[in-house]
Amino acid sequence: MSNQLGKPALSLSRVAIYATLLLAAAVYLIPLVVMLLTSFKSPEDIRTGNLLSWPQVIDGIGWIKAWDTVGGYFWNSVKITVPAVLISTFIGAMNGYVLSMWRFRGSQLFFGLLLFGCFLPFQTVLLPASFTVGKLGLANTTTGLVLVHVVYGLAFTTLFFRNYYVSIPDALVKAARLDGAGFFTIFGRILLPMSVPIIMVCLIWQFTQIWNDFLFGVVFASGDAQPITVALNNLVNTSTGAKEYNVDMAAAMIAGLPTLLVYIFAGKYFLRGLTSGAVKG
Amino acid sequence: MSSVAVMRKTSPFDALQRWLPKLVLAPSMLIVLVGFYGYIIWTFILSFTNSSFMPSYKWVGLQQYIRLLDNDRWWVASKNLAVFGGMFIGISLVLGVFLAVLLDQRIRKEGFIRTIYLYPMALSMIVTGTAWKWLLNPGLGLDKMMRDWGWEGFRLDWLVDQDRVVYCLVIAAVWQASGFVMAMFLAGLRGVDQSIIRAAQVDGASLPTIYLRIVLPSLRPVFFSAFMILAHIAIKSFDLVAAMTAGGPGYSSDLPAMFMYSFTFSRGQMGIGSASAMMMLGAILAILVPYLYSELRGKRHE
Amino acid sequence: MNAITRLATVISLASLFPFSALAADAKGTVEVVHWWTSGGEAKAVKVLENLVEKDGYEWKDSAVAGGGGAAAMTVLKTRAVSGNPPSAAQIKGPDLQEWGALGLLTNLDEVSSQNNWDKLLSKTVSDTMKYDGHYVAVPVNIHRVNWLWINPEVFKKAGIDKAPTTLEEFYAAGDKLRAAGFIPLAHGGQPWQDSTVFENLVLSIMGADGYKKAFIDLDEKTLTGEKMVEVFTALKKVGGYMDENRAGRDWNIAAAEVINGKAGMQIMGDWAKSEWTAADKVAGKDYQCVPFPGTQGSYTYNIDSLAMFKLSAKNNTPGNIAAQNDVAKIALEPEFQYVFNQNKGSIPVRNDLDMSKFDACGQASAKDFAEADKNAKLEPSMAHNMATSLAVQGAIFDVVTNFMSDKNADPAKAGKQMSSAIKAAR
Repeated sequence: MSNQLGKPALSLSRVAIYATLLLAAAVYLIPLVVMLLTSFKSPEDIRTGNLLSWPQVIDGIGWIKAWDTVGGYFWNSVKITVPAVLISTFIGAMNGYVLSMWRFRGSQLFFGLLLFGCFLPFQTVLLPASFTVGKLGLANTTTGLVLVHVVYGLAFTTLFFRNYYVSIPDALVKAARLDGAGFFTIFGRILLPMSVPIIMVCLIWQFTQIWNDFLFGVVFASGDAQPITVALNNLVNTSTGAKEYNVDMAAAMIAGLPTLLVYIFAGKYFLRGLTSGAVKG
Repeated sequence: MSSVAVMRKTSPFDALQRWLPKLVLAPSMLIVLVGFYGYIIWTFILSFTNSSFMPSYKWVGLQQYIRLLDNDRWWVASKNLAVFGGMFIGISLVLGVFLAVLLDQRIRKEGFIRTIYLYPMALSMIVTGTAWKWLLNPGLGLDKMMRDWGWEGFRLDWLVDQDRVVYCLVIAAVWQASGFVMAMFLAGLRGVDQSIIRAAQVDGASLPTIYLRIVLPSLRPVFFSAFMILAHIAIKSFDLVAAMTAGGPGYSSDLPAMFMYSFTFSRGQMGIGSASAMMMLGAILAILVPYLYSELRGKRHE
Repeated sequence: MNAITRLATVISLASLFPFSALAADAKGTVEVVHWWTSGGEAKAVKVLENLVEKDGYEWKDSAVAGGGGAAAMTVLKTRAVSGNPPSAAQIKGPDLQEWGALGLLTNLDEVSSQNNWDKLLSKTVSDTMKYDGHYVAVPVNIHRVNWLWINPEVFKKAGIDKAPTTLEEFYAAGDKLRAAGFIPLAHGGQPWQDSTVFENLVLSIMGADGYKKAFIDLDEKTLTGEKMVEVFTALKKVGGYMDENRAGRDWNIAAAEVINGKAGMQIMGDWAKSEWTAADKVAGKDYQCVPFPGTQGSYTYNIDSLAMFKLSAKNNTPGNIAAQNDVAKIALEPEFQYVFNQNKGSIPVRNDLDMSKFDACGQASAKDFAEADKNAKLEPSMAHNMATSLAVQGAIFDVVTNFMSDKNADPAKAGKQMSSAIKAAR
């Protein structure tokens, strides 16, 4: 609606708006700035200076030490996240397509059951899930984690696509059906080309969720196969002698960097996707 | 769809077409039935047994629930969830709406500012907890910085204050999620029908009035979605508590998810742990069922 | 090695992984779940790993840090439920009985009789390691919990001439330290640390018999009696000597405060020594360790052990079993016991080792252990899960840690709360 408000004049209220926005931005930025500053400080510097003081000497040792301890697990996270995001997004898209365009008796009930899964505290299913993963011979493997993430990511991915497709007029699909187009043809020719915004939302959401997961990671893949969040926790919760906050913060930055970059560079697609329907109830 | 199917002759191809949607959905249905509901029932059954260290199937009736309700720590955890959840959802919504409305005023560098508000959502709760634990550290964090900057009497020790520690969780969680709420509302604002607003402007309504009376009420679905996502985060704030306070001081910042985890996995009281999981589930159902009901009914009328 | 080459190595190693897994099967692999991740501990585990590898077996390290082993236990349980237990895991005290009762542990009769474990170990120790009369775990160390750590430099500055031996002297020292501007007692407000202080006060005020009645028999009269009110009153007073910002602080951060001369004392088990050693301080000279005031002659122990699991069908190969037995054998051999315990700050579990290689605190600990063993004054540490089940321990932790963080807590009520919480947990 912003276009309708006339030309912005440099009035007092506009100054106030800018001031408020910038102040809020500063508040949001502080933790990140503090983490970055701390990661480049030496331990003495951390003790003597304060949160926002500039490092006396830019010291990269924190980052080197951090990469030494958690770097190897970074690739585990990649190996887990990439397939899990792609598979769960694909299944979510198919589910959403069926639930919006090919409803059948019970499909609404199924959707309701699935929606509930968005709110399931995962601790409830931890033991039975580990039993299943163990029986499948996938305990302590990245494959096992991919499976678990796909299963428990389904609720959200389906919700995204279903809500997006619901807002597309039925008439489009009905017409295609009358023309004899089949199930997959309609999906591939009509819906898929329109789905780019919601695919972006789904990919970004899933990427963040799975990359940042801690609970499944610690339970299903300790040791060699552990993702970076678990390695980070092992590092932060273990202190040797004097606590090396610079290493902790550098490791936290390494763990957070991929998702951070995704939000910074793909954030606008995320918003665009939200605009085009994902937020409609 | 049935009307479409009836109009055509049934050939093997058509039969396949009719079964395809169900076939496509079938694996997910199986997963949901087993992986979600089967496992919930399993936990439900455990809550009536004397399972301690490992699952056992000796029936003890409601005993675990009685023990749970007798447990002081459980009540602290539940009360904390109410305070934390209420404040976190409330503040995130207000802040999100407020920032979205301000950002909607043809702001220069909007994309840049938006990214700044949004980025905390990208971080893991473990990272957020680690960062805020460091910021709120009494004696080292903001506390020290303010005093270094000359505010001698400044004291920020909420992290170690039994009565206030839960607000620390709220601050960190709001920091993480409010930008996301802002994004959702901004997206919603961009979708508002311009003609209604133009009409109101012609009628001489002031800008705040237009937002309060016309624009925001029309964003009801966004409110619902935001509420649901925030509630989802609140219920699952296990990682945040684990990284930030580990439930302390004492157990004053415990949350039900934390309680459940600690009793089931570290204390070998799986029976009580399962009972607490079922209580959590019950609470979620109480909020969710009315919403789902309206959601599904509403959609059918479309 | 710069980052790029390291990256390349990681990638190439990852692609080689299937081959290395195959090769390992032939030799026999042992997977160990543990939470020895901090500096000295990690170094100590590395020694075991090297010795096992020297014997030609593959060591698979599954370290899970966090929450004093809580995270590792979660991993262990879910893996046991899924039928895929590791070969060995760090499990202690009464937990061994529970795992044994589930039929998940293998017995080590062969290794133990070949190497004479019954002779080498004190009966208190060996009983803890047995389930149903068979060894199911191998002990690696004995920690003493009732220690008080003192920075003599700080004591001198505060005008205190000797280490406190009674609670009264302890309070007097605390007052003097505070008057001189020091933190009298360094402490981290975590449940297990709070309970460590609590159990020391119980032992000091109620004596060895009272301690047994309270934490082993869980006797209701003892838990709610007059003496317990006295203990909680003392706990409140001791809490007054700690600083306000202690919530959630790690024990080694607290230890650093004593090392750096900011604080005068710390109540902690002898793993605290590894922090002093890391800071190049010498026992008896730069720092003092004395039994917690009023607990002289008693010895609260905390024994770490590696439990051995029955291998899953898939892993149950002669090579893997040999590897498992090798770990059990090596863990008790002098070479490992020396290095491991010097790194951890504990004393060897074998009673036939020459203690002259250990520092003053280690020698004192070994002497006190032998003496307390003779006089039946060895007490299992409640705070370190040697005395009760985890459920009961958790109930006690809840009451104690809540008492310590609540300024208005009433010592007269705490005992009753504890007793009813324990009853609910049993």
